[in-house]
Parts: sequence; structure tokens; C-alpha cells
Amino acid sequence: MRLNKDKFFICIALLAVSIGWLKPGYVASEKLVLTGSSTVAPLVGELARRFELVNSGVRIDVQTGGSSRGINDTRNAIADIGMVSRALKQQEKDLYAFTIALDGISIILHASNRVAELSRQQIVDIYSGKITNWKMVGGQDAHITVVNKAEGRSTLELFLNYLKLRNSEIQPHVIIGDNQQGIKTVAGNPNSIGYVSIGAAEYEVGHGVAIKLLPLDGIDASVTNVRRGIFPLSRPLNLITNSVPTGLVKDFIEFARSKQVNDLVEAQYFVSVDAN
Amino acid sequence: MLELTVVNKWYHYRDRLMQGIIYFAVILVCCVFIWILVDLLQGGWKHLSLDFLFDSPRDAGRGGGIGSILVSTLLILLVALVAALPLGWSTAVLLAEFVPAGSHSGRSIRYSMQVLAGVPSIVFGLFGNAFFSIYLELGFSILSGGLTLACMLLPILVSTAEAGLRAVPNSYRLSATALGMSRSAALFHLLLPVASPTLAAGLLLGIGRAAAETAALLFTSGYVARMPGSLLDSGRALALHIFDLSMNVPGGDAPAYASALVLVALLLCINILAMQLVQGWQRRRITSE
Amino acid sequence: MTWLRRNILFLLMRTDTLLHWVLRVGAVISALVMFLILLFLLVESWPVLQHKSPLRFFTDASWHPLEGTYNLMPILSGTLFASIGALLLAIPLGIASALYIVYYAAPCCALWYRRLIELLAGIPSVVFGFWGLTTLVPLINQLHPPGASLLAGILVLALMILPTIALTAHATLLAVPDEYLRAAAALGLSRWGVIAGVALPAAQTGIVAGVILAAGRAIGETMAVLMVAGNVVQHAGSLFDPIRTLAANIALEMAYAMGDHRAVLFVSGLVLMFLVMVLSGMVGWLGGNHHA
Repeated sequence: MRLNKDKFFICIALLAVSIGWLKPGYVASEKLVLTGSSTVAPLVGELARRFELVNSGVRIDVQTGGSSRGINDTRNAIADIGMVSRALKQQEKDLYAFTIALDGISIILHASNRVAELSRQQIVDIYSGKITNWKMVGGQDAHITVVNKAEGRSTLELFLNYLKLRNSEIQPHVIIGDNQQGIKTVAGNPNSIGYVSIGAAEYEVGHGVAIKLLPLDGIDASVTNVRRGIFPLSRPLNLITNSVPTGLVKDFIEFARSKQVNDLVEAQYFVSVDAN
Repeated sequence: MLELTVVNKWYHYRDRLMQGIIYFAVILVCCVFIWILVDLLQGGWKHLSLDFLFDSPRDAGRGGGIGSILVSTLLILLVALVAALPLGWSTAVLLAEFVPAGSHSGRSIRYSMQVLAGVPSIVFGLFGNAFFSIYLELGFSILSGGLTLACMLLPILVSTAEAGLRAVPNSYRLSATALGMSRSAALFHLLLPVASPTLAAGLLLGIGRAAAETAALLFTSGYVARMPGSLLDSGRALALHIFDLSMNVPGGDAPAYASALVLVALLLCINILAMQLVQGWQRRRITSE
Repeated sequence: MTWLRRNILFLLMRTDTLLHWVLRVGAVISALVMFLILLFLLVESWPVLQHKSPLRFFTDASWHPLEGTYNLMPILSGTLFASIGALLLAIPLGIASALYIVYYAAPCCALWYRRLIELLAGIPSVVFGFWGLTTLVPLINQLHPPGASLLAGILVLALMILPTIALTAHATLLAVPDEYLRAAAALGLSRWGVIAGVALPAAQTGIVAGVILAAGRAIGETMAVLMVAGNVVQHAGSLFDPIRTLAANIALEMAYAMGDHRAVLFVSGLVLMFLVMVLSGMVGWLGGNHHA
């Protein structure tokens, strides 16, 4: 009997504690939710961290899911700001876009792959399944593992645009989502080929991951060339909102585009917009 | 097994063959299990430390630890239990004590529990996203993740609690009535305490299932790896952290192994505790009869 | 509660009725959950069910939601192949494990092996997927690229449903009456003769129920398959081709699906749920023949 009483009081205490935890939630600090492109997310994560240090009492949540998710969530007001790694399309002109950096898309191979360059036609043939072995383009005798991005990723759309292909024409062997997943897949398979954001790729190379970036149309894939404007597959990294930004949203977007954060942008191997 | 006389040589060889096949299958399963354990230990042992358990993740999880993630997981579990326990146990008490076994309402409640038990976790995730996150406007939060998990826990709690209550001998109920106790009194003072080991075992099994759950939380409690400030904040569960580290983070394998070790160790403790409770209860039943 | 009153007799009638009503409310809410799930799935998939004929799910050119084609066949075939392959592997291993525990092993070995199986049952699907990703996929890659394939999915799924089959078979085999076994022994049957001729047929309903439960689990498994099967929407030409299953498809595309695409994902969620309902209905019908 006594045990029952003790258990009862313990339950009441636990319940009180958990309800007590709920209370602060309503008096909570201001919160911003950003979702969208996996290219922009690491940069926005760093920006958010610095913003929170400067403005106490603010909490910024960043989640990936692809540029389409950024647009979707912003339209449905699930997220306050969306992250999109391309320019807005015609049918998205009802949203407001603010560019925070520039980036490019690069083909990546495993660091041990002998192939040093691929022409545009060779890339089209590899991705549409006409070239299936590395030895046909000057590498070792091994099957090519084609890594493609999932639908809804703007990296995929821009890549298809550049190659003038449709997604249904691509014969992939692995489908990946975030840039980091693509890098991890290519780094884990010596015979694979994939394409990711230059910023993400250079960041990981700097951390010792075994991949290398291929030049496109003869131009090296590097953040310098994106800055010079000569790299063929460049794109703006945008923050989008579904109405004119006010309050905390406006503060954050201005912070993200200001000169104070140029070092963060450079650290992620992107090009800061002020520099142009 | 009793000694069996062998009549025919052929039967003898056939028996030996089947025995060999069965032993081979068993050894295969044992080897794979040991392989998995050794891989996990090899990959994650060095990364484990007390700091690992208390620090928050840094650099997308490559550095730091899983402190904030453990807190998020705990909160999600708490929300799920607070929501599911009252509902589940009251359903079980109703089914075991107040409703005749073959009645229409009893059978339909049991059928709906059976169906719920089989629904894939991703469908719960879809439902949780549509109902808790969007319709009830809870967004990506620990609350919506916990409530979705509560829906998943209901069948386990109901079936174990009902089994435990049904296993209490009828003599207890008859004696209670003979003493003039009301049904509520008999329930709270007699039946529930006697059945409590099974109830606790069911609770622990439910906790184990909830802690291992990933798909249902993908779209309901989100991915944010920081320390949650309130129940309405997004939080990453341990299983989701392992998923993110292994799929999305190059160089994230070592922390993923370590987190997997922590998760498996946690589930192991829960399962062992649940088994001890049930065994203790069975032993008590036998000795008291 | 005792300490609130001087005796254990509550206000007899009122407390009991109150309790009965509280319990009824709780039970009704629990039962409602299933209906709520069905309702929301239907509501979310209604736009597509209304406008597009279900035939499109089978006759469209391919699965490219952003181009407007919603052919579910490759995904369904992927799910089917993965589940059937996993069942083909797990059924013999599971039944063999159960037979070992009940008829062949010394008591201490049986205990430890049963504990091993229960432990295997307790490992979360993410950990299986993670192990598959870091160990199995590179191994298969060396055999035949790309590694993330139907075979990897089958192996991981088989590992996950093996404990279900083994434990249900174990419980059913234990329930075979001893008299059957003694009678068979008295008739001079050898050990395997008893098992194949008496024990397994007597336990077959329970084992089949366990297999159906495992099939339901294999069809609904998301995370482990998502991590190791490659996620390419195509009919598998060989064991080494990557595939995508229905559950993994929902997990992958849900985040960014809008409008019709989202509704189609909810439709596939409904399909999954109906499949599993049918399977659990079969289990209930099989089990119903045994309960009093």
C-alpha cells in the first residue's frame, strides 16, 4: 500500500515538472525557422550561430530538405525564411528573394580516379548511360557508378539545364539527397561520379575527404572562378520570404547580407555578394 | 528430448543431415550477430567518453557529443508516455474487467489495436505530419513527435496490460467481492498491484520501441540538433542523429558508431529489465499458488 | 485511495460508475486513433483520387512527379522483391532457430541463443541500416558495383524479420502438446520424423501467423532499406540493381512534395496501410481459430 502512495506522488511530481517545462515555451524567446536547400544550410547555420551571439533571446532553427522544400514551406508559412540555391522561376515571382552568396556546381570524382577532365558531351553520355566504363574516357577498367540527385533539388535542375537533359533520360545507380550525402557516397566508392555545390565540395576537401573537383568546359571548378564570373555553372544562394520582411526576419536577412559576415561566407567557400 | 530408436539407416542419415542444416543456420545467425556487434564496438568504442554523453554536437555532429540529443530523445519519450499511458491502460482495464470477452465493442477495440500494431511507422509519420504538425499547427516540435509516438505505443501498452490483468486469477476478484469491496477498490488495491510487473514490462517494451523509432519522427519532430528550450522546439532523437550522421556527414561514421552503441546499450538495459520483471512475476505467481 | 478515507469502501455506486465512464472515454479515444489516421490519409489523398484515375498509377511512363508522371509499378515491384527475398531468407533461418531452441539444444545453449535472438529483435532499424551502409554495401560493391542494391536491402530486411519468425515459431512449438511428441516417440519415429511429421504440422498455424507478421514488417520497413537499397526508381533487372520501396519513397520525397505529388504520397501511404490491414486481418483470422 505504501509503495502505491509513493509511486502516486512521484507521478504527480513528474507531471508537474513536465507541465512546468511547457510554461517557458510560451514565454519563449523569439524563434526563426529556416528550411530548404542543403547547399545554403551550412552557411545559414553559421550565420545563425553568430546572430544568436549578437542578439540574445533569439533562437534560429535550420533544417534541410531541398530548395523545393524551402519554397513549399515558405509559401505555407511553415518556415519563416526559405533557403533556395538558384534564382526564382517565373511562377515563383510572388515570393521575395535576397541573395546572400554565389556558388557553383561541380562534378566530383573520387580522389584516386585517374580521369582529370571530362567534356560536356562525355558527361551527358555518362549520365544517360551511353558510356558505362571508365576506360572509355581514359580511366581504369571499372564500371561507372552514376550518382544523381533526388528530384526537388535545385542542384539537379541547374545540372539538367546545363546538360540539356531531362531527369527521365538519366540512368542513375544511386540517388542521393543532400550535398553532403553525395560527397560521402562518392568518397566511399572509387568508381563513382557525382555533382555537388562547389562550396560544399571544397569545404570537405579542406577537411581531408577523398574527392576531387573536375573542371567544366576547361575552366577549373573553384570559388575563385565563380568570383571572377567565368565558371559556367554558377548560381545565386537566396533567402526567400513570402511577404516583405519585417522584424526579426528583416534583421536576420540584413545581417546575412552585411559585410560583417563576409568571413563566414568565405569560410564555406562561397562568394560574398558585396565583393561583386 | 526422449531417446528415439532408429529403425532405418536412411532415416538416420536424414536426421543427421537435418541436424547439420539446423546447426549451420544457427551458427550463421550467431556469426552475423557477432559480426554486427564487433563492427559497432570497433567503430565506436574509441569515440565514447563521458564528454560524449554530455556535450552538444558541433560541426554537424563530427565533434562534440550527443548531450542535447539525449535530452531531446528523453523529452519526446516523456511526451509519448504521458499521452499514451492513461489512454492505453484505461483501454486495457476496460477490455479486461468491464467488457465481456466476446462482445461487439470489445472485439472492435481489439481489432483496431491489432491494426494499429501493424501500421508501418512511415504511415504514422505521414499522419503525424498531417494532423499534429499541420492541422493542429504544432509545427516541427517535440510535442508533435511525442504525440505521434504515443499513437504507436498504444497497441503495445493495451495488449500487454490486458494480458497482465487477464492473468490475475479470478479468485482474487471473487474474494474482493465477498469482502464487499467496490470494483474500483478491487482494481486499485488488488488487481493492478498484482499485475504491475506485466504492466511495467509492457511500459518498458513501449519505451524500447519508441526509442528506436526513426521514420515517424522524420516529419514531426524535425532535425535540429541543439538543446531544446521548450516542448514546442524541434529536437533530434538519437535514432535520427545516427541516420543523419551516417547518410549526410562525411567523416561522421565514428560518432555514428558511438551513438549506435549508446542506443543499443540503452535498449539492452530496458529489455533486460523488462524480462527480469516478467520472470520475477511468473516466479511469484508459481510460488504463491 | 486509502489514505483519503477512513475505510476502503468508496461511495460504492458513484465511484464505480465514474470509473467506468472514465475508462470508456479512454478506450473510445484509443479506438478513434485508427479512424483518425484513416481519415487524415483519405483527406490528404483526396485531391488526386478525385481528379486522376487510379489506372494512371500503373500506366504512366515513369515515376517523375515533377514532370507529372506517377507510375507506381517500379516502386511496387521493388517493395515486392525486397520483401519476398527477405522472407525467403528469413523463414528457413527463423524456423531452424526455433527448432534448435526447442528440440536440439542443451538447456543452457537454448537459453543463450534465445537471448541472442531477442537481442537481435531489439536492435533498431537505423542501426541495421547503418551497419549495412558501412559494411555490407562496400562488400557488395567489390563483388558488383554499385553496392547499394536489392541484395543489400534483402539481407538487411532478412536480419530484421528473422527474430519475429523465430520467436513466434518458438512460442508455437512450445505449445505443441507433449502427448503428441511422446506418442510419436512411442511409435518409433526418429527425431526429425517427429519434428517434420508431428510438431511442425501441429504448429503450422502459429508459424504461418508469424510469417505473415514478418511480411507486414518487411513491407513497412523504411529506414534500413532507405539507407542501403540505392533508391533508384526502376524494375530490378538483377540482384545488384538499386531499387526503391514504397515506404522509402514516402520518406525521401515527403519533405518537398507539393500539391498532387504530396497527395500521391498519401495514396501510397494508404496502400501500405491497407496491405498491412489485410495481413493483420489474416493473422487475426488464423489466431481466432485457437482462442477460446
